[in-house]
Formats: sequence, C-alpha cells, structure tokens
Amino acid sequence: MNGTRVSRGIHFEKVLKYTIRRLLLMIPTLFFVALITFALAKAAPGSPFDKNPDKPPKQETIDKWNKFYGLDKPVHEQFILYVSNVLHLDFGTSIRRQRAVTEILGQGFPVTAQLGVQALLLALAVALPLGVISALRQNTMVDYGSLFFATVGTTIPSFVMAIFFIYIFGLGLKLFPITGWGTPQHMVMPTVILAMGAAAFLARITRASMLEAIRQDYVRTARSKGLREQVVIVGHVLKNAMIPVATVVGPAAAGLITGSFIIETFFSVPGIGREYVISITALDYPVIMATTLLYAFFIIVANLSVDLVYGMLDPRIKVAK
Amino acid sequence: MATASTTQERAAELNVLARKQRSLWGDALYRLFRNKAAVGGLIVIASAFLIAIFSGFIAPYSPIDIPRPPASQMEPLWTGSKYTDARYLLGTDFLGRDILSRLIYASRISMVVGFIPTTIVFIVGVSVGLVAGFFGGWLDQLLMRFTDIIYAFPDFLFLLIIVASFRNSPFGKVMDGLALIFVAIAIVGWVGVARLTRGQVLSLKEREFVEAARSVGATPRRLMTKHLLPNALAPLIVTAAFAVPGAILGEATLSFLGVGIIPPTPSWGGMILEGFPFFSSNPWSVLMPAICISIVMLAFTFVGDGLRDALDPRMKT
Amino acid sequence: MADLLEVTDLHTQFFTRDGVVRAVDGVTFQVAAGETLGIVGESGCGKSVTALSLMRLIPQPPGKIVKGSIMFDGQDILKMDDDDVRGIRGNNIAMIFQDPMTSLNPVLTISRQISEALELHLKMDKSEARKRTIELLELVQIPSAKKRVDDYPHQFSGGMRQRVMIAMALSCNPKLILADEPTTALDVTIQAQILDLLKNLAREFRTAFILITHDLGVVAGMTQRINVMYAGKIVEKADTGELFANPKMPYTWGLLRSIPRLDESRKAKLVPIEGLPPDLIAPPPGCKFEPRCQYRRDICHEKEPDLVHIPNSKADHEARCWGTQQGGWLVDTDWRREIGDTQLIEAIKQETASVTTATETPGE
Repeated sequence: MNGTRVSRGIHFEKVLKYTIRRLLLMIPTLFFVALITFALAKAAPGSPFDKNPDKPPKQETIDKWNKFYGLDKPVHEQFILYVSNVLHLDFGTSIRRQRAVTEILGQGFPVTAQLGVQALLLALAVALPLGVISALRQNTMVDYGSLFFATVGTTIPSFVMAIFFIYIFGLGLKLFPITGWGTPQHMVMPTVILAMGAAAFLARITRASMLEAIRQDYVRTARSKGLREQVVIVGHVLKNAMIPVATVVGPAAAGLITGSFIIETFFSVPGIGREYVISITALDYPVIMATTLLYAFFIIVANLSVDLVYGMLDPRIKVAK
Repeated sequence: MATASTTQERAAELNVLARKQRSLWGDALYRLFRNKAAVGGLIVIASAFLIAIFSGFIAPYSPIDIPRPPASQMEPLWTGSKYTDARYLLGTDFLGRDILSRLIYASRISMVVGFIPTTIVFIVGVSVGLVAGFFGGWLDQLLMRFTDIIYAFPDFLFLLIIVASFRNSPFGKVMDGLALIFVAIAIVGWVGVARLTRGQVLSLKEREFVEAARSVGATPRRLMTKHLLPNALAPLIVTAAFAVPGAILGEATLSFLGVGIIPPTPSWGGMILEGFPFFSSNPWSVLMPAICISIVMLAFTFVGDGLRDALDPRMKT
Repeated sequence: MADLLEVTDLHTQFFTRDGVVRAVDGVTFQVAAGETLGIVGESGCGKSVTALSLMRLIPQPPGKIVKGSIMFDGQDILKMDDDDVRGIRGNNIAMIFQDPMTSLNPVLTISRQISEALELHLKMDKSEARKRTIELLELVQIPSAKKRVDDYPHQFSGGMRQRVMIAMALSCNPKLILADEPTTALDVTIQAQILDLLKNLAREFRTAFILITHDLGVVAGMTQRINVMYAGKIVEKADTGELFANPKMPYTWGLLRSIPRLDESRKAKLVPIEGLPPDLIAPPPGCKFEPRCQYRRDICHEKEPDLVHIPNSKADHEARCWGTQQGGWLVDTDWRREIGDTQLIEAIKQETASVTTATETPGE
C-alpha cells in the first residue's frame, strides 16, 4: 500500500540519521581513546631505543631517532602532530620494525579478520542450536551437557584451553599442527579455541532467553490457536528469543578481539594481535596507538550494528529522535 | 460453635503451614547452600585460601631457590618415565625447582589478586555510582562520557596497556609487580561497577519507599546508605562474585604474556609461560598450573552462578 | 439435547518440589450449546486451571490432568492424541486470556496473529485470511481496522488489544469460548465496554461461553448459570437469578460482600474475606473453607461435605456446605442480614433479569 511505503521511507530516513549521529559521536570517543593511550605510552619510563641491554645505542643515534620520530618535541605537540597525521591516514613508522604502521597492519589485518570472522561464525553456528535445543529439552542430559560446555567455555581462559587442546590434539593425537598459520589444518585449533568462549557465552544467553520467551503468555496464546509445536517455537518463541541474543553478539565480538591477541600470540599467528602484544612490550607506540584505535573503531562499529539489528528485530524499539 | 480465639489460632496455624517465612538474605543463603556446585566451589576456594596462607608450611621446597645440583625437567612420579625423581611428586621445572612448591606459592598471588583489587573496585565504583545516580548533574555526565570511552577499550587491552607502560617504573617493581596489577585492575574495573550502581540507583530512586523516606525528611546520606544501597546490593554482589575470578584471570593472562608478576616469584600464568618452550618434552610443567587455574576459575564461577540464582531466581542468564 | 461440554470429576495437579498441588480437585459441570456459564472464585481457586485443562494447555511438567473426562461434542478431549487436540484448539474451543498486554506476541503484526488460525483451521490463503481479519477487527469495533491490521501490539491500548484477542478467539467460529478474567487487567470504563462487546457477540454468534472471573458483579449481567469455586472444588452452583436471589454458601456471601461497584453508592463497606485461600498441597481436612468461615461448627473441621441440593431452593441449586444440608443451621439463615447491602444485590438482580430473560439488548 502507498501509505506503508511512505512510512517506511520515513523510517529509513530516521535510521540513517541515527546511524550518522552515532558515527559522529564516534569521533570524540576515538579522540579520547587516542589521548589515553598516548598519555600512557608517554608516561612509560624507558625509551623504545634501549630495548637491547647488551648493546646500548650511542647517545647521538638516540638523538637522531628521537628527531626522526618527533620525540624531541614537547609531549602536547607530539600529540597534536600525531592526530593531524592520523587525519591524513598517516599512522607513522614502527620503531621496532622500521616500517610504516599502515603496512604492518595491512599485512596482519586480513589474518586477524579471517580468524575473527571464522571464530564468530563458528561460535554462532554452535551456540544458537545448542542454546535452543537445551532450552527445549530443559533438565535432560542434552541440557546438562550444554550447560557444562557453557560453564567451562566461559570460565576457562583461552590460553589455558589452548594448552589442553595442544596436549590432546597436537601432542597426543597429532591431528593438528601446534603453531603457525596458512593451511586449513593450521587454522583449526586457533579458530576453535577462539570461538569457544564466545560460543559458550552465546549458548548461555540463547538458552536463557529461550526459556524466558517460552514461558510468556503469548506462547500460551499461540498454543491455544492450535498451532503445531514447531510453529509455536519457530514462529513465536524464536523470534522473541533472538532479540536479547542479537544484543550480546556485539560484546561477544569484542571478546573475540581481546581473545585474538592472546590466541595469535599463543599459536604464532601472524595477525595484528600478536604484533600488538609484541609492540606493547617493546613500547613501539606508533603500532600500539594505531592498533588500539583500530580495535576501538571495530568495537564501536560492532555495537552500532547490533543496535541497528536490534531495532530491526524488535518493532517496539523506535529509533530515538 | 467455634469461638473467635480458635478462629485466629486456626488461621495462624494454617499460615505457618502455608509459608515457612525466612528473611530475604537468609532465604538466599539457604538457596545457596542447597546448590551443590556452589558449595563445592566454596570448599575449593576455602582450601585455596588455606593453601595460600600456609604455603610456608605445606610446600616441601623453596619455590625460588635453585637446588644444587639441579634435577631439571623431571616429570611427575605417576608418569613412570625414567625422568622422575622420588623427591619431586609433580616433577621440576627447567631450572630444577619443585613444581608442587611453586604451584602452592603461586596460589598466594591468585588469591590476593582476586580479592584486593575487587575490594578497591567496589569501594570506588559503588561510591561514585551512588553519588552520580543520586545527584545527577555534571558528575553524572562526566561518569557517563568516561564510561563511553572506556567501553571502546576491551577491558583486557586497557589493562595490558597500563601494565606494560608502567612496569619499568619504580612502582612497577613494588611487590614483584603485584601493586601495579592491583592498581591497573582497579582503574579498569571501577567504571563498570559505577555504571551498574548508577543504573540501580536511578531505577530505585523513583520507587515509593524512597519517596516515603524522603518525605519524612531523610538526609541524602541516609537515603543513599540505608535505602538505595541495600536494595541495589543483590546485583552488586553477583557482579563482585564474577569480578574476583575476572581479576585472577587478568593476572594470569598478564603473567602468561610476560608482563605480570616478575620472576622468579611463582604465579600460575608465569609458570605456563616458562614451561611452554618445553611443552612437548615436559608437558606437565605447563599442564599443572593450567589445571590449577581451571579449578579455581570453575570454583568461582560455580559460586557466582549459585549466588545469582540464590539472590534472584529470575535473573538467570 | 446433549450438552456441548460435559466435564466429569476433573482432577488437575501440579507436581512441585514442595509437594502435589491439587489445583482442580474433582470438578463436574456441563455447558449446553450457546449457553453462558460463569465460574467465580478468588485467585488461586483453580478456575483458570480448569479452563486450561479443557484445552489441554496445562504445562506438563509440572502439571498433569490425573483423572476425569472432558466430553466435547461427544468426544473425550483427554483421550485424544495431540493432533486432534490441536484441531480443536482455536477451531472449536477458543480462549481469551486475562492480560492483553502480554498475551499477544510483541514481534508479530496483528494481522499475522489472527490470520494464523484462519490459515490453519479454515484453510484460507493469505489474502482471504487478511480480508477476514479486517472483518473481524471491524466486528470488535477497532476503528480504521484496514489501516491498523499491520500494526504491532504495542501500538494498541490495553482495551484495543483485548478486542484483538476477542477477534482472534472468534476467528474460526468456535462452539465454545473460554474467557479467563477478560477484563481484570483493564480500566473500569474499558471493562464495561469489553463486557458489552462480549455479551453482544455471544448472543450474535450463539457461541457457548465460559466466563471466568473473581468478580460476581461481572458474571451477573453475562451468564445464565454460575459455578462458585473454592480450593479446586465447586462449592455452590445455581442459575444466575437463583444465586443472586438466594445465595447459600458462606463463601458466596463473602464474594458478594466484596464486589466493588463504581456506579452504585455503596451503603455498607467493601468487606474482603478474611484470611487466605488454603494451601492446596496440604488442604484442611474437612470443608476447605472452614478455617475462614464464621459459621462453622465442629463437623466442618472433621469431614468434607458433598455438593448436594439445598432444601427450600430451586432444583439445580447445590452447595458444598454442612450448614445448608437437610436440617443444617444455615438453611434458613437470612442472607440479606448477613451481607448487609441489599441495595447492591437488588441492582445486580435487575441486571441479571435482563440477561436470563434475554430477549432484547438494552440500549446503552
């Protein structure tokens, strides 16, 4: 109908405005993230140039480097310079590797992104059916099994889980290589372990929100209409139960980001996570800054897309203003 | 004909039958202790505490001194391999130190890291959240803007940056790096608690019982401490129960990445890091601390889950 | 003529950690085609569970129908397989639930929620179902139904949502509609509108109705017969006129005393029944109402009375009370003195008369 088309157009416009507003709000947030990280990196004692205690560089070399990186200027000028460079998409040069930060991130990012996306998809593919089934078979062995998985998966830290996996599947059964990246076999263990925490978390939420939805009055109404149980579950319960799940996919994705730099370090995956950990211990602040900003950007975008999906799933949510 | 007094007696009798009343907290405690997993978790935590306190008496060897001549990379006795030594039940690490003794001493780090920063986090977070939620205004605005920024950092990433930045400073060396970890965990953690408390206060503030207290002239201080805080306590307790293992995990991960507790002081995460290069030849030096972390983390999770179910049976996630 | 619905000795129990809750404990009643029956009682007396049992909608576990039969149109619902029961639900028996705010699915459009049953039971295709849905919404007096059919429940007010629920219940022309406290969750003014709507539709469609409520004032204008329930049992039954003219059971008196009326000036106070309904896990040994009854004697505590005819009353007027049995101490008690507010009851009786004679709708 004509009327609905018009109202949908208005709705789309509202969503667009909302999205733009949220994206603009991102700018001050990223600015402060940069400021905090910069301040912390500057507060750190020691210099990035004295990382080799056996062969300390000559003072004049250090001075030369300081000049090259702009470290001889006052701190606030350094920050202003950094921000203006970033606005020109210049993230500086890695101190440790003597290469442009954008180049380093450009190499590592596809690896990290692949690992992260694989893990998120795997987590969703495992968690949703598991959570739904265990809610429908509440207090059966299936339910207890998946609850156990959910508890263990959310509780045991990923690097500890990785140790058990390597011991069993790498050293014991020799199914998968222990470190490295590139072939599908290499990807199995890092992906599975990274996915585990998110899968457990999402399965728990899915189960809980299914149980919450299933005891709502409208489910009884649906049954009173004579609908088959499958139709009641799929058409009435699932649609409602997925709303809370969608809202936590964002935090779960953020968890994957944190997880990725531990897992990458552990399995020597050449992504930005491993690079990041090394840079932090080496005080390679151009890399630290750029990676932190990149992570913050993805977390904000993940949260925004979750809010948009939420608005699509739940007709009660009206985009504000 | 029945008399009035017996009517009342009968009614009272029936009321007793109908509902055995317990106090709110007593009821929660009762539900907690009926939960087997939670009780098991509590026992594990209590044991870990005792082990931490009495490490000096329990541990057979020094966790730090390297014995001479060292028998390094011994495997646990039950493996029956030729690389075992009857003196070392769980074997030795790459320097020949007794793994059992190191595990026992390392429990100290985990217990202390679990509870002290969490206490700081809650004192600061709850105070700020209460005041911000109650008075609103610029403090509230500031808190909200600040949390928005902090939320763009993944918690652990923030923790890592702080610790890595200061670990070469004099403060970073205090108590083998523990002091810095406390402060870092507190800095990262208080914001979430403040935001949670604020949210609770905002929703409670409009409720009738607070209005009633206000109308009889309760001071803001009294309103906050006697009316708002007790009613916001349940979710805060549950959050605290999960914050403790969170802090333990934070320390273990930092130590595993080599920026946590300064060696040779033993910590479970650090032991994993040290043993990892020799994982294929002597896996148990890595597996043992991994098992310890797992058990303690699971124990805390069981207690946290139990507390949550006990305090609010509806709040199940 | 055979009754449309014949419930015999129905027992529904809930198996909880604290014990077995006897929610419905031996209930027997009949409903003829086109007839309207009221089931009245406090919350927790088993009236909703009775209604849910009729459609086999008791959540199982913990609930279970342990005994009895429910003959509907000559078939025992309790002996049907699940497919047959689903064929009856929404099609032959429909239900209107108490809380319209929670009984509609928040993420589905009104159109979807009503069409669903039409497509399932009447095998309509999508466009037919949509057309019929709009007609139904018009029937329950939803303004600009054509436009609003694609709205979501949150865009409707409580009263409007209950109209949607009524439309949904009527959609497949059921022979019996169960209305479980259909107006309790609504504002008083809306309550009256919804009751009017139900009254008119019941008459128009010649559908049998079971109206479940805690408010005797609500059933007065709506029903032909009333069952009063307490603690899972029927404690008094009579036709509506007789019940209001000649109530016998002290519990019914209690209910009469506690009818809130906004449109009447109440002389006496609104008197609640003292105490709480009994624990259905460990009910009192004798009459279930005995602990709260101000007329009880020793026998009431010792033995439970049966539901039997009351002397000096209409033939089908029965009560479960030692005091109202042959020679009992309440048979000749003047209930007007006990209740104290005859003006109110008179008003209700007039209202009742308009239903039982049921020839014309009074203009409102």
